[in-house]
Amino acid sequence: MGHMHTRIKQATFALIAGALALAAPITVAAQDAPAENPMVTQSTPLEADSVEAVAGAMATSGEYVPMAPTKGKGMPTDPRTGEPGAMAKSLTFQDQYTADGQYALWMHDAILLPVITIISLFVLGLLFYVILKFNRGANPVPSRVTHNTKLEFIWTIIPVLILVAIAVPSLTLLARQYETPPEDAVTVKAIGYQWYWGYAYPDHGDFEIVSNMLPEEEALRRGEPYQLAVDNRMVVPAGVPLRIQTTASDVIHAFAVPSLWFKMDAVPGRLNEKLLVIKEPGVYYGQCSELCGSRHAYMPITVEALPAEEFAAWVRAQGGTMPGEEDAPAQAAAAAKPAARLASAK
Amino acid sequence: MATTAEGFDVHHDDHAHDHADHKPGFFARWFMSTNHKDIGTLYLIFAIIAGIIGGAISGIMRLELAEPGIQYLHWWAAFMGGGDDLNTALHMWNVFITAHGLIMVFFMVMPAMIGGFGNWFVPLMIGAPDMAFPRMNNVSFWLTVAGFFSLMFSMFVPGGSGPGAGVGWTVYAPLSTTGSVGPAVDFAIFALHLSGAGSILGATNFITTIFNMRAPGMTLHKMPLFVWSMLVTAFLLLLALPVLAAAITMLLTDRNFGTTFFDPAGGGDPVLYQHLFWFFGHPEVYIMILPGFGMISQIVATFSRKPVFGYLAMAYAMVAIGVVGFIVWAHHMYTVGLDVNTKMYFTAATMLIAVPTGVKIFSWIATMWGGSLTFKSPMVWSLGFIFLFTVGGVTGVVLANGGIDDNLHDTYYVVAHFHYVLSMGAVFSMFAGFYYWFPKMSGRMHSELLSHLHFWTFFIGVNVIFFPQHFLGMQGMPRRYPDYPEAFQFWHEISTYGYYIMAGSMIFFFVNIAYALMAGRKAEANPWGEGATTLEWTLPSPPPFHQFETLPVITDSMDYHDHRPASA
Repeated sequence: MGHMHTRIKQATFALIAGALALAAPITVAAQDAPAENPMVTQSTPLEADSVEAVAGAMATSGEYVPMAPTKGKGMPTDPRTGEPGAMAKSLTFQDQYTADGQYALWMHDAILLPVITIISLFVLGLLFYVILKFNRGANPVPSRVTHNTKLEFIWTIIPVLILVAIAVPSLTLLARQYETPPEDAVTVKAIGYQWYWGYAYPDHGDFEIVSNMLPEEEALRRGEPYQLAVDNRMVVPAGVPLRIQTTASDVIHAFAVPSLWFKMDAVPGRLNEKLLVIKEPGVYYGQCSELCGSRHAYMPITVEALPAEEFAAWVRAQGGTMPGEEDAPAQAAAAAKPAARLASAK
Repeated sequence: MATTAEGFDVHHDDHAHDHADHKPGFFARWFMSTNHKDIGTLYLIFAIIAGIIGGAISGIMRLELAEPGIQYLHWWAAFMGGGDDLNTALHMWNVFITAHGLIMVFFMVMPAMIGGFGNWFVPLMIGAPDMAFPRMNNVSFWLTVAGFFSLMFSMFVPGGSGPGAGVGWTVYAPLSTTGSVGPAVDFAIFALHLSGAGSILGATNFITTIFNMRAPGMTLHKMPLFVWSMLVTAFLLLLALPVLAAAITMLLTDRNFGTTFFDPAGGGDPVLYQHLFWFFGHPEVYIMILPGFGMISQIVATFSRKPVFGYLAMAYAMVAIGVVGFIVWAHHMYTVGLDVNTKMYFTAATMLIAVPTGVKIFSWIATMWGGSLTFKSPMVWSLGFIFLFTVGGVTGVVLANGGIDDNLHDTYYVVAHFHYVLSMGAVFSMFAGFYYWFPKMSGRMHSELLSHLHFWTFFIGVNVIFFPQHFLGMQGMPRRYPDYPEAFQFWHEISTYGYYIMAGSMIFFFVNIAYALMAGRKAEANPWGEGATTLEWTLPSPPPFHQFETLPVITDSMDYHDHRPASA
C-alpha cells in the first residue's frame, strides 16, 4: 500500500518534472539506470538494485572513475577518530575551499567569535563581581542610585560602534557573494525533487544527472561517508567560475555544501542563481537544508570538482558537449530527438 | 517600608471583608471564570500540561538522535496509527518537530507568560480590580485550549506519508499545501487560528486594561516594568497575529478551495508565504521574551533591594525592541534568494536590535551594582537568565550577518541559538517568575533547597543539551533531521545526555510544587522583604478573590519605579 502510494507520488512528480523540462529536453546520462524515463523509474534512495546497475555502468565506461574523497576535506569531522586535532576540528566550521568561504571563515574566527566570547565573558565577569561584592553580607545597605546618564550613553554607544565594526566586513562579504557570474561561467542547475537532486548542464548539451543517496553498504564499499555519498555526483570544473542555479519541482529544498560556504534554496517556480568558484579539485559533501517531507534527511549532495580537462572528458562521457567545440547540427538533432541521443549514449 | 503594606491591608479589610471572597461553585469558578487570578491559574496549569507534552516530545527526539539510524520512529508511527514502512516512520519525525515547536511556542510559553503571569499580575500591579473585559478573558483561555485540542487531534489523522502534520512550526508552502495530503495540516492550521484568536482577544484586553484601569496616580511612567513589558507584548500580538491569520488562511484556501496564493503554477509564490509568516514570526519571538524581560526587572530589583536602574531606558528599550522587531523579518529567509541590497538592509537592521538588548542587560547589572543581594530562588534563576540570554543573544549577532548565515542557516547552530534565548531565556525567566510569585498565588512558600537544586541541575542540563549543538551546526548538521552521518554522533550523544539531566531536574520542580501546596509554610503578604515594592505585595497571599475595591493611590512624591501606595 505504502509502496504503491510512493510510486503514484513519484509518477506525479515525474509529470511535474516533465512539464518543467518541456522547453529543454533532458538527455540522460549513460550511467543512469537503463530505462526509458529516468524520472519515473528513479528508485527510492534506499533500494540497492539501481545503484548496482550504476556501479556496473561506471566500471565498464573506463573514462570516468569517481574521485575518492579526502578524509577531513569537504565533510564533517568525527571527533572520535583519535587523530590529532580531530576534536578541535569538530568544534568549528569545515575547512573552506572557496575564496568567499575563506573570507567568511576569517570573519567568523577573527572578528565575530572573539567579540561574542569577550562580551559573554564580560557579562559573566560582571555577574560574578556583583555577586561577590554586593551580596547582603558584603554590602548590607543598598545604594539608591538609579540613573547615570554618562554610563547609559556609554553602554549604548559602544555596542553601536562594535556593530558598525562588524558591519564593514559583513557587508563586504555580502557584496562578494553576490558578484555576478561572468558570461563564460559554467552553468549547473540543481533541481530539488522529493527526495533526490537533479543536476542539469544547459551549457553542455543540457543533459541532467539524477543523484540519489547511496545505501549504507554501497557507500562504505566505496569508502564514502554514508548519508553524504550519492550514486551520481554533481561534477564541476575546479578553479573556474560556476553559475549555480537552483529550483525545485515539488516543494522547497535547499542546496547546501558547508565546505564551500554555499546554501541556496531551491524554490518551485523560481530560479535562484549564484556565483561559485571552487579553488581546488576535491569531493565536497552537503545535505538538503530545507524541510521537504519524510526523506528530507536522505537527499545528500556530492559535488566533485575536477581539473578542467577531466571535467570535459566527464561531460563527453555523459553524451554532452563542451561549449565552442560542439557542432551545431548535432546539437539541433539532439534537442529534437532526446530518445535517439539516449540510445547513442548507451 | 513594610508598614505601608500592612497599612494597606487594614484599609482593604475594612471595606472588602464581606463580599471580596464570595467564590462561585467549582464548575462556575473554573469553567466559566471571569476572575483574572483564576484565569491566570488556569493558564498556568494549561501551560504546565502543554509543557510536559512538548518536553516529552523533545525527549523522543533526543532519544532518536542519540545515535545514527532510525531506532524508535517505526514504533511511534505504529503507535499513532500509521503504517510500519520507512516513509511513515520518517514522517513521524516531522510530526514531532512540528508539534514540539507549535506546542512550546503557542501552548506553553505564550499561555504561561501572557495568560498566566500577565493575567495574574497586570491588574494587581496597576491596582485594578480585574481585567477590563473579564468574560472575553475567559473566551481567550478556552480558545487556546480548543486550539491545543485541534493540534493534538491533527497528530492522529492522515497528513501525507503518515498521520499528523509534518511541516515544521513554520508551515512553509508548498510542503504544507500540495506536499501534505489529508486533514492533519488543516487541523494544525485551525489550532493556530483558534489560539491566535485567543491571543488577539487577550492582547486587546491587556491594552484596554493598562490604558484605562491604572490606579489613580499611576502614570505610564510609574508602571512597573512587567506591566510595560506586557503592554509592548500586547501591541506586538495585536499587530503581528492578524498577519499570521491571513497567511494560514491563504494556506487553507490553497489546500482546499483551489486558490494559488503560494503556488507558482497559478501565478503564486512560495516565498510570499515566508514573508507573511516571518512578518509575524519575528515579532513572535519578542512576544515570547519581552514578558520575561519584565519579570527579570522586577525580580532583580526586589532581590537587590534597589530600584531598577535606568527605568525609562528599560521601558523604552522594550518599545524599541518591539518596533525594530517588525522590520527585521527577512533575516529568517537569507537563503531564499533575496536581492543583495535587501540582504544588506536586513543584516544591518537585525544587528541594531543588539543595542536596546544590551541596554537591558547592562541595566540589570547596574541595578545589582551597589545593591544588597540575596540569592533566593527567583534571583538565581534571573542571574542564570542574564548570562544564558547573553550567550543566545551574541550568537544571534553572528547569525544576523547574511553572509555568515549562508553557512549556518537551517543548521543546529540556529537550533542552539534559539534554544539559548527561548529554552534558556524565556524558560529561565518563567521559572524565575514562578518562584517569585508562587507564594503570592498559592499562599504557600516553596522549598528554597528544591528550587536551588532545580536551578543547578536544569542549568547544567540545558547547557549540555544545547552548547554542543553550536559545534554540530558549524560542522554542517542540518536541522529537522532524524538521522545523520556518523561524524555527528559524538556531540548528538552528549546533547542527549543533557536531556536526561534536564528531564531529571524537573522532578525537583514538581516535587517542590506538591510539597509547597501540601505542606508549605504559609506565605506572608510580602515574603521577599523591602525590595518588593510593587502593589501585589501589599495584598495578602493569596490575594482576596476580588481586590482593590477601593483603589490604591499612588502619590507624585515617589520616584519612577516605586509603586507603594501612600501610607494609610
